[in-house]
Amino acid sequence: MTLSLGKKITFYILLIISALLLAGPMLMAIVMSFMTNQDILSGSLPTALTFDNYIAAFEKFPLMKFLLNSFIVSTVIMLGQLILASLAAYAFVFMEFKGRDLLFFIFIGTMMVPFEASVIPNFHIIRDLNWIDTYPGLTVPFFATAFGTFLLRQNFKQIPKELREASLIEGIGDFKFFLTVVLPVAKSSLITLGAYGFLTSWNMYLWPLLATTNDSVRTVQIGLKQLQTQEQLNDWGMIMAGAVTVIIPTLILLFLGQKRLQKGLTEGAIK
Amino acid sequence: MSMTSPIIETNESYLKKVEKVHKQNRIKSLLKGLLFLLPSIILFGVFVFYPLFRTIYLSFFLTDAKGATTVFVGWEHYVNMFTDPIFLKSIKNTFLFVIYTVPVTVIISLFLAVIANEKLKGIGFFRTIFSSTMGVSVAAASVFWLYLFNPTMGLLNEFLQMFELDPIGWLTDPKWALISVAVTTIWMNVGFTFLILLGGLQSIDSSLYESADIEGSSYFYKLRRITIPLLSPTLFFVITVSIINSFQTFGQIDILTQGGPANETNLIVYSIYREAFVNYQFGSASAQAVVLFIIILIMTAIQFKVGERRVHYQ
Amino acid sequence: MSQVELINISKSYDKQKDVLDGINLTIEEGEFFVLVGPSGSGKSTLLRMIAGLEDITGGFLKIGGHTVNHLPPKDRNLSMVFQNYALYPHLTVEQNILFGLKARKVDKQEQQKRLKDAAEMLGLTDLLKRKPRELSGGQRQRVALGRSVVSHAPLCLMDEPLSNLDAKLRANMRVEIRRLQKRLGLTMIYVTHDQVEAMTMGDRIMVLNDGKIQQVGKPITLYNEPENLFVATFIGSPKMNLADAAFSEDGRFLIIENNIKIAVDSALFTNIPRNRKLKIGIRAEHLFPGMTKKENIHNVEVVNVEQLGNETMIAFEVGSELWTAKWTGQWNIQYSQRIPIQILPEYLLFFDAESGKLIQSAQEGKRQEVVSV
Repeated sequence: MTLSLGKKITFYILLIISALLLAGPMLMAIVMSFMTNQDILSGSLPTALTFDNYIAAFEKFPLMKFLLNSFIVSTVIMLGQLILASLAAYAFVFMEFKGRDLLFFIFIGTMMVPFEASVIPNFHIIRDLNWIDTYPGLTVPFFATAFGTFLLRQNFKQIPKELREASLIEGIGDFKFFLTVVLPVAKSSLITLGAYGFLTSWNMYLWPLLATTNDSVRTVQIGLKQLQTQEQLNDWGMIMAGAVTVIIPTLILLFLGQKRLQKGLTEGAIK
Repeated sequence: MSMTSPIIETNESYLKKVEKVHKQNRIKSLLKGLLFLLPSIILFGVFVFYPLFRTIYLSFFLTDAKGATTVFVGWEHYVNMFTDPIFLKSIKNTFLFVIYTVPVTVIISLFLAVIANEKLKGIGFFRTIFSSTMGVSVAAASVFWLYLFNPTMGLLNEFLQMFELDPIGWLTDPKWALISVAVTTIWMNVGFTFLILLGGLQSIDSSLYESADIEGSSYFYKLRRITIPLLSPTLFFVITVSIINSFQTFGQIDILTQGGPANETNLIVYSIYREAFVNYQFGSASAQAVVLFIIILIMTAIQFKVGERRVHYQ
Repeated sequence: MSQVELINISKSYDKQKDVLDGINLTIEEGEFFVLVGPSGSGKSTLLRMIAGLEDITGGFLKIGGHTVNHLPPKDRNLSMVFQNYALYPHLTVEQNILFGLKARKVDKQEQQKRLKDAAEMLGLTDLLKRKPRELSGGQRQRVALGRSVVSHAPLCLMDEPLSNLDAKLRANMRVEIRRLQKRLGLTMIYVTHDQVEAMTMGDRIMVLNDGKIQQVGKPITLYNEPENLFVATFIGSPKMNLADAAFSEDGRFLIIENNIKIAVDSALFTNIPRNRKLKIGIRAEHLFPGMTKKENIHNVEVVNVEQLGNETMIAFEVGSELWTAKWTGQWNIQYSQRIPIQILPEYLLFFDAESGKLIQSAQEGKRQEVVSV
């Protein structure tokens, strides 16, 4: 399809306007994070660039610790999801046993139970396990994922059944086949799910709010809320510096994996 | 050579042995299958199914501050809930919120996906920008918009001033608060919805467009007759996901309005949160959670029923 | 000890109708045995049952004299080549070939020796470090064969291994597989839907249709003496010409499709019941050019001519049937031209029209079945 010059220009104008509008709030935050407080308060355009806001955010606040906590929590959830979802997807695709389809139906059914609706007993469970303010409390409840299982199942299904049959004749057991064939072959969908899992875990809000009472394992999202509530009145530059710091890891991840995420998520969405 | 061994095949015992081996194999494969599924099953059991039933159970009790049940009250929480103006308001506002956010999110995302699906130079850059809000956490997004909505310094009111309009109390005026939260939410959700819709568009076979070009169809004709019908499964998916997401809104409210002003933005999840973790009324909070669960269940069911009929599967 | 014996084997899913029924068969050691049939005939299912990939519903399977119904695939000491080759996409050719040996913990040196032998035999030596996606279809096929070769299993099963290749390559691989099998002395069970493959490769062929054995025999036997109408039309290209036929009341004529009358010597056909509906069949190469001959000449109108260079195919109608004649050499015949064709009764096969069973095969065909050298 080739477009006429007029059409091309129309599209570029639309694209540029949309991009500016959509990226506006983010751009504003980035610019503000480098502005002096005076410039912000007077509502003028930036007269000087400064890193003071970032320095302040990291010095006045345990932002580094929050970032590290978030990184640990997100990585652990990501790994947990990858392991559990790939094991489950393998069973649903390559193994035949009674009740398999019913179990799959139950798995999919869990997608209908919003976490928010079962948050009260979950909180009590974590509390009774003494998992408040611990990494397990922040991560373990999210290991099992129906979405991830479904996504990987779709992908594993594209692996020819003959591969399993050939390996059966060669005497290779399920677990070995899973490790040495299925996981390497489905590498790209594992990366997709991993990126998605990391992203959603990094951005989690309600659960870390409930499951942390002090700074020891608190994630950066809750840290940002603290920063905002404590500093609301005056220091917008520092708040924005904090907010920008929070979104940088996920934005990088998104920029690197946008194509893959899009493909993977679309495959999960439409059979 | 086969005669050297006794003719065991006619033996009942061999048949029994084969049957036994088959049975063992079946049991073995069942156990192996369950072994692979066990970690997920256990965690789903502990963190999804048990809490679900526990929530229902709790909704019939009064509890102490630790969440232990004290007095059985039957349907009382439910009866109270539906006579409680604050809860009814939160239900009403939640539905309003869904209506504000879902159609606009989908329409904007669809528009962006369509213009970002053209084969133009530098289109990858625009795609990245359009999907970028997916990487912005609810906390960060709320902080950005908190400033934009700021009554004195915020950019939105400065714009209004530029056109000599009266400033608006975006988050403090009951008329505007829910809309403001909705705008934030739309902005946040556009990234994900865009990404999925773009994927849907790209999976449409380009030969369809080529044959339409040969027939001399116009741009909008193609959009209406090819793109939208073939995109309908994807649209169906994003609408469902958006609705469910809207019902689960929490973070924006916690940071932007804390449910105020006058409970205008006290959406259902926030209401549950406050009832449970601020007021320690776990019983009535559970009853609200049950309502949320049922609403989402119904919404998904309706979506599937309606979607099934309307959606054009390839 | 790689003789395979199937005793009254049957297969059904969920207690439904049998997919396979009453299969009795013995495959000799070192034999190239072909299972051929249309899709859905159950031939792949049968192969997969021998491999152990499907349960056997009824009957007994013996390999090397031992009943193996209860054994998993890996304990049946066999190798298998799949239609899509089943190569592990993330492994190199070498890793693919050695995958099974590693799983069986074969000694490292032995592994390398077998790999070297197989790679040389199959011309893969220069490709060992490549991934499957960097190979052509024919090369992938060789890798799949290589996996089978290194296993040293005496019994090899192949499920339509050539159907993903183009025609020219297929002809080459037919010869290669055949040579490989003879060289290694493998017992081969080979599934195909292509009767040409079956005819050219098999020591013996089993024709399967609808889950039932139609005929088992040498290729030439199946060609000359098909036991029923199904085998008659399935084996051979072009397919055997068929038509309804009946003897005249005095027995001196055979009337084909109420159309062609052939004078017959009734002594030739004493075995054929006169009171039953008959089908006759005749191979295309037995419909001779009638230009210089006198007896049994019939003029027919040509509806299609195919020039193959060394032979000419001529299609014409006989009643409701479309027949094909195959004449050697190049013939200048036009569409709708009338030409004389000789139909000799000694080349006719007789079938029972109802049961489809062969009553009598061609007298002449039998006599010249095999030309000894």
